[in-house]
Amino acid sequence: MCPGHAHPGCSVECIHGGLRRLRSAVDRRCGIATIAADDDQLPPALAACHECDLLNQVPALAPGASARCARCNSLLCRNPPNSIERCLALTVSSLFLFIVANSYAFLRFGTPGNMRTTTLVTGVVSLWTEGQYLLAALIMMVGVIMPGFLIVLGLYVLLPLYLGRRVPDAADVIRLLMHVREWAMVEVFVVGILVAYVKLANMAELLPGVSAYAFALLMITQAWTNSSLEPRVVWRRLAALS
Amino acid sequence: MSGPMLTARDAGLAVCHDCGQLVRLAGDHHHCPRCHAAVHLRRPNSIARSWALLISAAICYIPANVLPVTVVDALGKTQGDTIISGVLYFLHHGDWPLALVIFTASIAVPMSKIAMLMYLLVSSQRRSVWRPVDRTRVYRIVELIGRWSMLDMFVVTILVALVQLGFFATMHAGAGAPYFGAVVVLTMLAAQQFDPRLIWDAVEARDDR
Repeated sequence: MCPGHAHPGCSVECIHGGLRRLRSAVDRRCGIATIAADDDQLPPALAACHECDLLNQVPALAPGASARCARCNSLLCRNPPNSIERCLALTVSSLFLFIVANSYAFLRFGTPGNMRTTTLVTGVVSLWTEGQYLLAALIMMVGVIMPGFLIVLGLYVLLPLYLGRRVPDAADVIRLLMHVREWAMVEVFVVGILVAYVKLANMAELLPGVSAYAFALLMITQAWTNSSLEPRVVWRRLAALS
Repeated sequence: MSGPMLTARDAGLAVCHDCGQLVRLAGDHHHCPRCHAAVHLRRPNSIARSWALLISAAICYIPANVLPVTVVDALGKTQGDTIISGVLYFLHHGDWPLALVIFTASIAVPMSKIAMLMYLLVSSQRRSVWRPVDRTRVYRIVELIGRWSMLDMFVVTILVALVQLGFFATMHAGAGAPYFGAVVVLTMLAAQQFDPRLIWDAVEARDDR
């Protein structure tokens, strides 16, 4: 069903969020009154500030616009252009980058006869075999499991929203997704690679691997996804499906 | 915004922590109709929980700095490095940009985070009405910078994995490393538990009087 208007007849035409012109042509043919001139506009709403509890009357937000609390100036909500579509594209990119980043070595270090390579997982394994169980578990969590989980959850939420399908437990998965975001620390790890690189550069031969570049790109796609993912847009699309 | 300032609580509404849905409160237990999270007017026992986590973090911060985070076995000698000695090493070798990065992530961020959270907790407990906008901003900064302290733990992981040159140099994680990891996690949890709306509740209480 179209997210903007409650009409069950036009589900197929609305699969592609970008094809707005086609949609409005179909709407005209179906005789549906288009509510707003621009479907991508986020309608006005009452929202309480998460940080100071003030009730704000949030005006309609054009794509790219954002609203801040009148009292404490914290961000209330944004309307990132094509939020769902953009996030889905970035999450698919993240999936491939994540696989590459964790399959290959990000640094090679040593003397010509004795080269060591490491992926993040083998780094965690060497911590574990040293008996650093707590640290190994923590690094595994914030470096591998949570970033991967974030991608899987993102696909589970975004792909059905994009296709206009309903999936079980979507609401709980969205809630989980917002919590997992905080514990995925790819960007910190990328800076960690840089610091380790500078530290080791003078000791012996040191070469960055393909995975280091994949991690750097993954940092960009995940940060971009975070800035394009607006909970209100996600909830609105989900509500329009049910 | 025109008219008097009305908060969600004044209107008998609670905000879902997870999805922002406004929920009308009636009865004792509430779950968000949209995302099924538990809904409270304010985070329950926010200050007590936040203090508990923060004090634990402060305790862990001592062994995290006193004990070595990395141990190097080189040419038959064993040398442990704490976070501070690591920063000093790079400073003495003229590599001040690297010293600055490690100092910021491993010393400045955790210390200022603990100090800022303590200040927020004390001022909220004392029902301070001083500069609420700035104190809310402090809270936002605390939430934003917390994760960056994990930097040194990632670096330790990479070094331990790579520096295995047999007799010449082998690196291990030191006893302080897990404590440092614990500081990062505990301060992040403490920041999550703190409810910034408590800052504003005190302001409203004064305005009502």
